[in-house]
Amino acid sequence: MIDLHGYGPRLFEGALITVELAVLSLLLAVVLGLATATAKMSRHWWLHRLGTLYTTLIRGVPDLVLMMLLFFGGQIGINMFTDWLYYQFDVDIFINVNEFVAGVGTIGLIFGAYMGETFRGAFLAVDSGQIEAGRAYGMSHWLVFRRIRFPQMMRHALPGLSNNWMVLLKTTALVSVIGLSDMVRVAAEASKATREPFTFMIIVAVIYLLIASVSEWGFARLQKRYDIGYGEAD
Amino acid sequence: MADTPIPLEVRNIKKRFGDTEVLKGLSLQAHKGDVITLIGASGSGKSTFLRCMNLLEQPNEGELIVHGEPIRFKETKHGREPADWKQVVAMRAKLSMVFQSFNLWAHMTLLENVIEAPVHVLGKSKQEATAHARQLLERVGLGERADYYPAQLSGGQQQRGAIARALAMDPEVMLFDEPTSALDPELVGDVLKVMRDLAEEGRTMIVVTHEMAFARDVSTQVIYLHQGQVEEAGPPEQVLGNPRSERLKQFLAPKH
Amino acid sequence: MDALMNWLEAQLADNSIFTLQTLSYYGDGLVTTVQLVFMSLIIGLVMAIPLAIGRGSKKAWIRLPIFFYCYVFRGTPLLVQLYLIYYGVVFIEGIQDTWLWVILEKPFVPALIAFTLNTGAYTTEIFRGAIKSTPRGEIEAARAYGMSWGLMLRRIVLPSAFRRALPAYGNEVIFMLHASAIASVVTIMDLTGAARFVYARFYAPFDAFLFVAAIYLCLTFSIIYFFRHLEKRLLAHLKPASG
Repeated sequence: MIDLHGYGPRLFEGALITVELAVLSLLLAVVLGLATATAKMSRHWWLHRLGTLYTTLIRGVPDLVLMMLLFFGGQIGINMFTDWLYYQFDVDIFINVNEFVAGVGTIGLIFGAYMGETFRGAFLAVDSGQIEAGRAYGMSHWLVFRRIRFPQMMRHALPGLSNNWMVLLKTTALVSVIGLSDMVRVAAEASKATREPFTFMIIVAVIYLLIASVSEWGFARLQKRYDIGYGEAD
Repeated sequence: MADTPIPLEVRNIKKRFGDTEVLKGLSLQAHKGDVITLIGASGSGKSTFLRCMNLLEQPNEGELIVHGEPIRFKETKHGREPADWKQVVAMRAKLSMVFQSFNLWAHMTLLENVIEAPVHVLGKSKQEATAHARQLLERVGLGERADYYPAQLSGGQQQRGAIARALAMDPEVMLFDEPTSALDPELVGDVLKVMRDLAEEGRTMIVVTHEMAFARDVSTQVIYLHQGQVEEAGPPEQVLGNPRSERLKQFLAPKH
Repeated sequence: MDALMNWLEAQLADNSIFTLQTLSYYGDGLVTTVQLVFMSLIIGLVMAIPLAIGRGSKKAWIRLPIFFYCYVFRGTPLLVQLYLIYYGVVFIEGIQDTWLWVILEKPFVPALIAFTLNTGAYTTEIFRGAIKSTPRGEIEAARAYGMSWGLMLRRIVLPSAFRRALPAYGNEVIFMLHASAIASVVTIMDLTGAARFVYARFYAPFDAFLFVAAIYLCLTFSIIYFFRHLEKRLLAHLKPASG
């Protein structure tokens, strides 16, 4: 049996943090991605510009730099705000940027930009006749979105979504740098303390591969569900 | 009869795409039981005219009166738009359209396609809608295919399914946009037969078509459009049997 | 415009952060980042070509190890790979007494190894996809003219595959540039390392990180521009002829 020098439970907790972080970031990224895709397809030029600026900036800067900017900068920004509250209104509060929230926020923000591109492409891939048929039968804008555009878009978006998720999962490792005790950080600490880097890093690598394999299986099942009604056509 | 409102009336519809005026003031009255066919060469504006009737295209000018109720418009910086989209949505529910490319929703079975709008737009119960849908599918000869997805059906079957979907709305007027143009010749007959049956039972229909036999046998009125204007209109025996304009004569001349 | 220049001048005159010294940190960091990324990309590219060919081999003992290598290095975070190699090297018994330690002592080499293995795996898959999508007709034509396997690979398959792989490879280059930021985690003074140093020294996260973000943005755009140019030249033959 592998000797974990008592790091087993902490490693397990770290793995849970990794999964929680990844899932919550994904949710945030999907919401931001849908908003970005909508903004980019909007007929208001300034919304379009805003969406383009967001995706361009985010995709041009390393994840780690963005994360540190938001984490370290965010704390100072908030401090400045609370100081201002204190001097202006005599309100004394202290807000500490929690590493977990900062992690979810940054990863969600970064992948929102990538999701935005995925969703935009997927929305554009929906045949316009399908939407027109909905409108012709008296469906409201929202009903068309909910019953026709969204389910049909998802079919086109799933491969990109799955791909983004795999990259996002690996990106969560970066939060160990800003001090969050995900499994990479636990493994790094354990490696240094026990001088057995191979044991711990390989365990972590295997857990990542395991999560990736499980999600791959999950996405394949989802794809099957959304592919319903298309199989025979291709 | 005089006090029942006319199902659909359009007055002086004009439509521009950029600088080109594609509809130059078209009017039409569809009384109950009328079957009006719109014919004309491609580019004559007949499909655009039909799509203006349920506002899939926004006409730049003109009035639209559905079941006695005029649609209200307002001017915006993007051009003229309906003032009240709720009114448009309610109006569209009374005018079912059948498309050239069927446009059955690909992610739903045939049955789901037919009950979708009755349940979510008209607010019918799922059971009631399903029972009605099964009858309609039976009627268009697709009773066995209710649980198939559109991609599993032939073009003719899809179009008959699309007609069942339109019927499920109990529409005041049915709009057909070249319903047989995308079909292989051997599949056209089944679709036309369903349409003839509908006409015989007194449905109000407006049909854009190239099928002259259908226009001659079934319609109560034929309108021949040329470059966005009515060139000739009247009962089929007059318009098709004894055309006055040179253009219409040429249009009707047998091609090879 | 004048107002902007005045503002900029005032900022530069009256700032304690962007002195000549800190700017030189960023300058050295830029050099380190470019070296690290460039070297790992070149070695990874050279590695990837035979691996991509082998990845499609009919012999399982060639195909499977390459598949495994790609699967592991593409499926796990680069940071884990970096830690594994960095700590792995440091903790090898007795390594500090050998001549190898002279090279390995600096974190640059473990980082280079990790980055190279990582980009090698991604590039292998990119080429693999491009080779696989070679039109069947082109291969048949080559066979019909009596080309040997090696000749066909060299003259027909690879040249067209390289061109088809170009857009995806451009993305990989950008990805590596961004991924290289984690070199700072193992104390390398690359661009991000310089920014972290400036941040720690002046406690000025906005100045330190926004400045470095702008540099990365410029580098990214240069890479995009370069690859667009290259694509235009090399992929011109795939566009439908005009006129």
